Amino acid sequence: MTDIAAPVKGQRDSGLDDATLHAALTRTWETPRGLYGFFATVDHKIIGRRFIVTAFVFLFLAGLAAMAMRYQLSRPENTAIGPDLYDQLFTMHGSTMMFLFAVPVMEAFAVYLVPLMVGTRNIAFPRLNAFSYWIYLSGGLMLWIAFLLNIGPDVGWFSYVPLAGPEFSPGKRADFWAQMITFTEVSALAIAVEIIVTVFKQRAPGMALDRIPIFVWAVLITSFVVLFAMPAVMLSSTTLILDRLVGTHFYNAAEGGDPVLWQHLFWFFGHPEVYIIFIPATGFISAIIPTFVRRPIFGYIALVLSLISIGILSFGLWVHHMFATGLPQLGQSFFTASSMLIAIPSGIQIFCWIATIWLGRPMWKTPLLFVAGFIVTFVIGGLTGVMVASVPIDLQVHDTYFVVAHFHYVLVGGAVFPLIGAVYYWFPKFTGRMLSERLGKWNFWLAVIGFNAAFFPMHFLGLMGMPRRVYTYPLGAGWGELNLFVGLAAAMLFASFAVFLWNVVASLKRGEVAGPNPWGGGTLEWATASPPPFYNFMRIPVVTHREPLWAETESLPVATGLRVDARELICGTVTDATPELRESSPENSIWPLLSAIAVGATFIGSIFTPWAVVWGAPPIAIGLIGWFWPKGTPEDEE
Amino acid sequence: MLVEPVQSALDPAGSGAEAILTLFWIFLGVSAVVWVLVVIALALAAARRRSRAERGAGPLAPAPRGEARARGVVGSAVAATGAVLITLTAFSYFTGKSLADAKADPTLTIEVTGHQWWWELRYDDPRPDMRFTTANEIHVPVGERVRLILTSNDVIHSFWVPSLAGKQDLIPGHDNEIVIEVAREGTYRGSCAEFCGLQHAHMGLTVIAEPRAAFDRWRAAQAAPAAPPQTEEAARGLAAFQQNACVLCHAIRGTGAGGMVAPDLTHVASRSTLAAGTLPFTRGALGAWIADPQAVKPGANMPRSELDPDELNAIIAYLEGLT
Repeated sequence: MTDIAAPVKGQRDSGLDDATLHAALTRTWETPRGLYGFFATVDHKIIGRRFIVTAFVFLFLAGLAAMAMRYQLSRPENTAIGPDLYDQLFTMHGSTMMFLFAVPVMEAFAVYLVPLMVGTRNIAFPRLNAFSYWIYLSGGLMLWIAFLLNIGPDVGWFSYVPLAGPEFSPGKRADFWAQMITFTEVSALAIAVEIIVTVFKQRAPGMALDRIPIFVWAVLITSFVVLFAMPAVMLSSTTLILDRLVGTHFYNAAEGGDPVLWQHLFWFFGHPEVYIIFIPATGFISAIIPTFVRRPIFGYIALVLSLISIGILSFGLWVHHMFATGLPQLGQSFFTASSMLIAIPSGIQIFCWIATIWLGRPMWKTPLLFVAGFIVTFVIGGLTGVMVASVPIDLQVHDTYFVVAHFHYVLVGGAVFPLIGAVYYWFPKFTGRMLSERLGKWNFWLAVIGFNAAFFPMHFLGLMGMPRRVYTYPLGAGWGELNLFVGLAAAMLFASFAVFLWNVVASLKRGEVAGPNPWGGGTLEWATASPPPFYNFMRIPVVTHREPLWAETESLPVATGLRVDARELICGTVTDATPELRESSPENSIWPLLSAIAVGATFIGSIFTPWAVVWGAPPIAIGLIGWFWPKGTPEDEE
Repeated sequence: MLVEPVQSALDPAGSGAEAILTLFWIFLGVSAVVWVLVVIALALAAARRRSRAERGAGPLAPAPRGEARARGVVGSAVAATGAVLITLTAFSYFTGKSLADAKADPTLTIEVTGHQWWWELRYDDPRPDMRFTTANEIHVPVGERVRLILTSNDVIHSFWVPSLAGKQDLIPGHDNEIVIEVAREGTYRGSCAEFCGLQHAHMGLTVIAEPRAAFDRWRAAQAAPAAPPQTEEAARGLAAFQQNACVLCHAIRGTGAGGMVAPDLTHVASRSTLAAGTLPFTRGALGAWIADPQAVKPGANMPRSELDPDELNAIIAYLEGLT
């Protein structure tokens, strides 16, 4: 392909035949093979794939930590794992699942899929995208290397002060936690900005707001939630580091600080965090159902408005994590009411999905099975959520295994099941091959039965008085049998992930070849080859319908006029996606990686000395100068 | 050992826990109905018979009648959700209000201070000579309101005796309050509910509810100074206690021991457990605990003792006499 002569400078795609166009676009957009290409690529598909794989690696690590904890709890007064290691295990499990798996994997799917679903050639700010992956990877590696060196954090994934403060957590453990937050939040904020700009400006011509796929709406809204929620946790982790490193007293009650401030700041982020994970998961559901019931989603506008209201309401719930801290009753009642309120948009979504299934003709492939498993399981989590929203009930079940059961129902039932369904759904697009349906069904039943058997009994354990985060419990408490059962069921749930992993590995080589649109989906990502070429779409599609591939059965109308010898995208208006201009898209570059290394070294160094900020500044400046070195943009040359 | 103490929100013995359990059953009943309805709706949607025309239609084929029906059903379901939520919120609010109203006019006030990993209890009284400090085992008169003022000396803890009431945090720099009213005599177990470090799992407490007369006797005994040693061995034990590290942290009223950072041992032998509910109070357990606390409760602030066996036995004999 590269032996074809370089296209004439300024050559447009109008009137070129497919073969010429393919060759020219490949030349312009490709990621070269070899180490340089590996480190310098800014292709959203390659970065998205890396993101997904990395996030799943962290899922398995955190799952192993969970299995170790269940082993320790399988009988009373067990001494297999002491409190020191156990505390690290549950902190690593929670922090990894929340910050290194759940949020990043949702972002990863967005990074891969959004440009394809809105019909553009790359994500906005592709170098920032590369940077955010390297930063995320550095933060995750730092945390797990610290754990392997027995300096993993041990104060829980929400690191309450004063326990996490300098007096009660000497050493560097809590600092690794706080700095991991900084890494992942920088990464998440960067991706949020990329997604918002991609969705607002780079949609294919004709993709007006009411033609945006619901998954894209979901990640757009999530990105806004990230923008408003993440600063709160960066503030809290930074002030924690300041308390620990330079002796400020933000959280020291003896010097006029207040430990409760930490909880407000953390949960102002921490509650939206749940929705940062859950909203994209509902987007998966809304993407999977129409394809497998062969009809458009019922209640598109109601679903979009529900997502927006969930995004807004998610900021009004944080105090329900703090009912036991002694806040005034009137204030607590307000947060009870707002927590109840968020059940309404969640309910609307559930009803619309069931209505879509009812109106359609379901084909029970694995992705749709996971949707059903999601509804059956998640609703339980939603209902226990209504229970914990009630102040009196929460005062009993807060910080017990009841709450452990509740949030696993919401996060595993509500987000991981849709995610696994989404992997079965989009795997052919990512790799060009289908996952095995037979293994998929094994995966599904093991996951649904294993999960419910493992987590449903935890409701009883909580009511029977078992607090969370205990490394052991007394013989006389009577919790032994249930805990043993939970441990065995957890092994079954773990096995379902082993089947999943096996399915992925085996299908990569031997899976059935998929073709561009194996499921007959209606959205744009199915309009291009599987896996998509470097340039995503040979010609930019024009969208005339919410499910363009269902409306245009012959071929999609296309927009032409983009240059083929330079990376160009169409930018359009926010509401109607009317094309406004051709915008250049950055080339591959090694500088995002170098900048990420400089930033990462600064972050890690500042765990040990405040001087790291000083010594780290020049390398970061050099990295950014290289990154943004002006080269003249193609438009200017014309 | 004695009858296992009760530690379960499902087995309420306090007014607070009873009201909350009732509220919980209401929520649970409603939730169960909602879940069953959702699952039935899903099953019906999946299993609905599709006509041949429908099966052959393209994905964008219009279905106006079905859509209109679905709109009606979804709309009603949303309205029903709203109504159910408003009702539940009202139930929750009024339960909360009744719990708050049940805080007036307590007959007894106890200051509870959380420590890593034990509970310091100061019984308040208008008469200074009736005030005293103890640890980990709360005696209360049955049927009376007891106010607990909660604070912490180190990290955040949470006071939770499931059979009696919901939990409340102990936060440094804050004074929280919880009022308990135990309906029937008995022994109730509780534990710290907020993760507080290495030995969070071994931070138990016991509540003993007894009739007023028994409670008054107990209180009078607790307010008194420690019993002087009755045997020669016990006397050596007291001396050893005062000559070793024990005295740096523990107080025994009536002796020179006045340490304030560990549990008050004035009447330690009147308590049923050791090390905040970790061990039963027996001679053997006492020996094991004093000799090597780190084996029982790794990370606890009590160091391994350097006592020789004679001293250890003497201290055990002395402590056993501190009823």
